[in-house]
Amino acid sequence: MPTASHKLAARKAYQTLAWAAFRCATGINGLALVIICIFLFRNGLSAITWSFLTEAPRESMTAGGIFPCIVGTVLLSVGSMLVAFPLGVAAAIYLNEYARPGRTLRFIRLGINNLAGVPSVVFGLFGLAFFVIFFGFGVSLLSGILTLAILVLPVIIGTSEEALRSVPNTYREASLGLGATKWQTIRLVVLPAAVPGMLTGAILGLSRAAGETAAIMFTASVFYTPDLPTSIFSPVMALPYHVYVLATAGTNIEKTRPLQYGTALVLIALVLGMNMAAIWLRARLQKQR
Amino acid sequence: MKKLALITAVLVLALALPAMAETEIKIDGSTTVLPIMQKMVEAYMKENPAIKMTVSGGGSGNGIKAILDGTTDLAMSSRKMEEKELDMAKEKGAPAMPMAIAIDALVPIVNPANPVANLTIEQLRGIYTGKITNWKEVGGEDKQIVVISRDTSSGTYEAWSELVLNKEKVFPGALLQASSGAVKEVVSKNKFAIAYDGYGYVDKSVKAVSVNGIAGNPDTASNGTYPVSRNLFVITRGAPQGELAKFVDYIMNPAKGQKIVGENGAMPVKK
Amino acid sequence: MRFDRKAKDNLAKYFFLCTALFSILALALITIYLFMEGLPIFKVTSVTDFVFGQYWYPTNEANPEFGISTLIVASLAVTILSSCLAIPLGVMTAIYLSEIATHNMRQIVKPVVELLASLPSVVIGFFGMVVVAPFLQDVMDVPVGLNLFNASLMLAFMSVPTICSVSEDAIYSVPRELKEASLALGATHWETIRKVIVPASLSGISTAVILGMSRAIGETMVVLMVAGGAAMFPNSIFSPVRPMPASIAAEMAEAPFRSNHYRALFATGIVLFLFTLVFNIIAQHISEKHKQTGAATL
Repeated sequence: MPTASHKLAARKAYQTLAWAAFRCATGINGLALVIICIFLFRNGLSAITWSFLTEAPRESMTAGGIFPCIVGTVLLSVGSMLVAFPLGVAAAIYLNEYARPGRTLRFIRLGINNLAGVPSVVFGLFGLAFFVIFFGFGVSLLSGILTLAILVLPVIIGTSEEALRSVPNTYREASLGLGATKWQTIRLVVLPAAVPGMLTGAILGLSRAAGETAAIMFTASVFYTPDLPTSIFSPVMALPYHVYVLATAGTNIEKTRPLQYGTALVLIALVLGMNMAAIWLRARLQKQR
Repeated sequence: MKKLALITAVLVLALALPAMAETEIKIDGSTTVLPIMQKMVEAYMKENPAIKMTVSGGGSGNGIKAILDGTTDLAMSSRKMEEKELDMAKEKGAPAMPMAIAIDALVPIVNPANPVANLTIEQLRGIYTGKITNWKEVGGEDKQIVVISRDTSSGTYEAWSELVLNKEKVFPGALLQASSGAVKEVVSKNKFAIAYDGYGYVDKSVKAVSVNGIAGNPDTASNGTYPVSRNLFVITRGAPQGELAKFVDYIMNPAKGQKIVGENGAMPVKK
Repeated sequence: MRFDRKAKDNLAKYFFLCTALFSILALALITIYLFMEGLPIFKVTSVTDFVFGQYWYPTNEANPEFGISTLIVASLAVTILSSCLAIPLGVMTAIYLSEIATHNMRQIVKPVVELLASLPSVVIGFFGMVVVAPFLQDVMDVPVGLNLFNASLMLAFMSVPTICSVSEDAIYSVPRELKEASLALGATHWETIRKVIVPASLSGISTAVILGMSRAIGETMVVLMVAGGAAMFPNSIFSPVRPMPASIAAEMAEAPFRSNHYRALFATGIVLFLFTLVFNIIAQHISEKHKQTGAATL
């Protein structure tokens, strides 16, 4: 039947065409990432020197380095993880180990999902009204840490739950069968098995907090403070906010340009580095299983 | 259990750390004064390493607000304090003390590729209220004018609106930018844009336009011939004391702070 | 001894319940504080004037105006245009990943999409400002490079990963039997995707699209840096606009505490928050209602 085989050939041709379109779409994403990275590397690499990484900005941001910003970003992201990680893991334990399907669970899920969808600038507004003004913490490391902690909480809960879910039920049954209570089972059997997966989540949370700008611009970061913070009530400089400041508030565009690229490069190196570590860790975990 | 211990430790640290804080001067306010202030802070901290200073550029309104609330030690402002604000400060028991530290020219800027070199105040007003929309109406190419302005809450906008617009509103099609640097960045990248910035921000990347035939610079601003100039202020809560007083003295010192003012494109008030 | 263990067990349970409730508490606090700081603006202006007013002059002394309709329209325009770019890209990438890619290709492409998701928004905004804007002005000859199109393009790349990963989960959960039945009847792989797999995972894909839009409407730094900032209705895709998050971020720092301007910005925050809340609730509703539990539920 020549017509049928013709038709089949046409159908196959459509498929080839469709495949090409799908590959193209996927390629565009990859291309976007590659273009941004190459662009920052080419322009920013020359700015990165030892003194750039270890000195404070000088001469109205046209010289010097970004050391206070690096320190600020590390403190903000690590601090927010210290708060959010225990909370998120504990919440994930409840959701995965204790909760029974029902109204409470749906209510909690609704809360978490909606918290995850709140825009970061709204977190910033909340942090300003609640931590900075109501609690009187001022524009400070502490206000920023607490605001970021709430922002990354859904990420931590999500990844921790996934880690707990991947612990085989036979582990739990064996432990319970030996007479351990639920809490003992969780503490001694389930948690140790889930820790590596949770670490992946912690790294993702860390990188999310490190790259966040809108949530800290009213709560923690300032334009210029060359000294390192002495207490958690000190305001700090932070890398993402510094990128914004350099891009929009420079007095001398030509001189700040290399610093802008350099700062942006350090920021994405930090964030992409952490993400790659998380992806690698997860891939290793999947292989072990 | 470890987690609980960790949380307690963090909390204890949180309570213990502020006790270790040292003398700190917080400065907040106008982004126009910001570059000058940053240089001063750099120089001052070199002389007095024990003092910790932070500078934020939240804008004039924010600086004044912070002085009223007592959340900052020194405010920078590119506009005069309003009566309302002065009264509010008195009510709160700490009269605000504004001090002019420099005279600044507000300069219209265009892209270096733009042939227009002079505009009258009336033409500027027409452009900013949306009545003049094409460069050919003011002697340029036949292209749409891209109007850039500062946010309507900024001190720079307020000075511009008072001196150029006669308090008329800027038309909604203007691109509002959040800082003086952002304004310049846009103009340097856009051939048909016009904006205004403090003289300290003007450099090779943009072209300054003279107003009514007079070029805006520190000299014409201080002798009063340039129509669009204003004072830049710092504001304290009551008379400055202790370390803050020393820093204010430094700012007003002709050989130190005022010299820095001059080096950064504004006119010192004391010589 | 036995009792002690049991008590401890219960204690642990309630402790964990409390931590799980913390997210709800946070969400409640956010809502309360937004409304507490924002609602008093309606003593100065009416809700209709606020939502439908065309002029945004919050600091004019003689005659302040607090109309955010131009900001709302700008936010919607940016979201819709970016979705037009991001939905095809995201869904097609998801189909590629789940149906076409070889195992090895998947190992490369998936991390790439995840890394794209992790790029800080301020870096994307920076890229839009220094690369895309001059390109639009010089090559496309548009008057302002910082505009609706530029912002939408940048936002699209931020919502692609969300759309892609949620759609991929949906496509992945389509029962094998359906796919095999279609192939066995002689359909090509492409026909199977088009006529069986995509329709079967449509509810999941819609969830993905809505979540992607929710991400785009709330994104701040990109629109702050590249949308242009003119508070007027766009008349082309190359018009500069001022979406809600940009207005909040740009002006909050200069708004005196509890002034009308400050309240108006919080009220804008409320509107933005409600938009994302509605998007998220719709997404959850769709995914709950059409939960795929097996071939029988289709």
